Amino acid sequence: MDKPIRVLVAKPGLDGHDRGAKMIARALRDAGMEVIYTGLRQTPEQIVAAAIQEDVDIIGMSILSGAHNHLFPKVIGLLKEQDAEDIMVIAGGVIPEDDIPALKEAGVAAIFTPGALTTEIVQFIRDNVKR
Amino acid sequence: MELINKMLKGDKRACARLISIVENDEKESEKLIKKIYKYTGNAHIIGITGPPGAGKSTLTDKYVKLLRKSNYKVGVIAVDPTSPYTGGAILGDRIRMNDLALDPGVFIRSMGTRGYLGGLAKATRNAVKILDAYGCDYIIIETVGVGQSEVDIVKAADTVVLVMVPGLGDDIQSIKAGIMEIGDLFVVNKSDLFGAQRTATEINMMLDMSPKTDRRPPVVMVTANQNKNIEQMEQEIQKHYQYLVDNGLLEERRKKNIKRELLELVEEELKKLVIRETENNGELDLMTESLFNKETDPFTLRDVLLSRIK
Repeated sequence: MDKPIRVLVAKPGLDGHDRGAKMIARALRDAGMEVIYTGLRQTPEQIVAAAIQEDVDIIGMSILSGAHNHLFPKVIGLLKEQDAEDIMVIAGGVIPEDDIPALKEAGVAAIFTPGALTTEIVQFIRDNVKR
Repeated sequence: MELINKMLKGDKRACARLISIVENDEKESEKLIKKIYKYTGNAHIIGITGPPGAGKSTLTDKYVKLLRKSNYKVGVIAVDPTSPYTGGAILGDRIRMNDLALDPGVFIRSMGTRGYLGGLAKATRNAVKILDAYGCDYIIIETVGVGQSEVDIVKAADTVVLVMVPGLGDDIQSIKAGIMEIGDLFVVNKSDLFGAQRTATEINMMLDMSPKTDRRPPVVMVTANQNKNIEQMEQEIQKHYQYLVDNGLLEERRKKNIKRELLELVEEELKKLVIRETENNGELDLMTESLFNKETDPFTLRDVLLSRIK
């Protein structure tokens, strides 16, 4: 049996703009992945709990509010606490260039900013998911 | 397996991993189910089914919250369709259940149908077994949005809740065969909308036309997004379960499903054996050819193939 890659797509924090996240969800679906779409206003705790129950390979988060420096590392910290750091984290949204190195340092595997192609994201996931 | 012990002790991550195994790996799945089968059979399994957009996920969310007030451990399996073209899926039932993610007594898993057509995924029944062994008192299976004939949920659940909404068609829809026959309980959701009373009346009329049995399924009007009348639905679910138990029907229903599952497994294995038996020399293609040319017929060839399998 061909095992599809499972991806959790979530919008942490308070901004209500989910068009980007939905676009990505759709693109991943069309690339043959199972996308668990959890929607708007997720807390990092909810995201990690859902990722564990769904046994996903990767979490994709989108933030447009500017809270990325707080929320992304929080999710990664919680994954570590729960022995689930094998779940990869990627992120997208309006993330200033200057913030990217620190986020990568914190453990975000890739960051896709406006203008990124969905094909790039699909390829990145295919190349980097371990299991 | 280490994972099984962890799961039996209530470890969520282990439980999640085991569900992935039954979804992805036939060989391992077999070994796993053999080990846990004796721990199953304790949960009350409730199927929630109905057309797309009827509010199954919202209803599930509210129902689980009600069950949690009595501190029951609850498992949810939410099935959504897999694309027949790409194999991908958007599993979106969790959106309505986000507050439940952090509840330690709730486990929610989304599944894609992966080519299965009856409203469930192929691995759903095995995933239910895992949640059962994991210690859930209640397991809720939310089917894909169904049309008229996706009735596999009866093979997997003790109680089937059929969720309807106003505005889907006239009363002829309610007397058609298929989905309308499998409800142990009918729920009219979105009952704040125009036409809800009429929908309930049509279902009631359909039920009154059915041949008389000891039990006539009740019709409950709820408004899930306002949390209205969920208690009433819960009472009716409990009454149905009690009815099954009191009349020896729970055992009967489960035995029927167990037998059906066993026969399906045999059927599947036989098919595999035949394919294995014939794949090397292209015999199956030759047989197809001779059938196409009307040199023989499918029943004769079936017997030829079956006679070769010991």
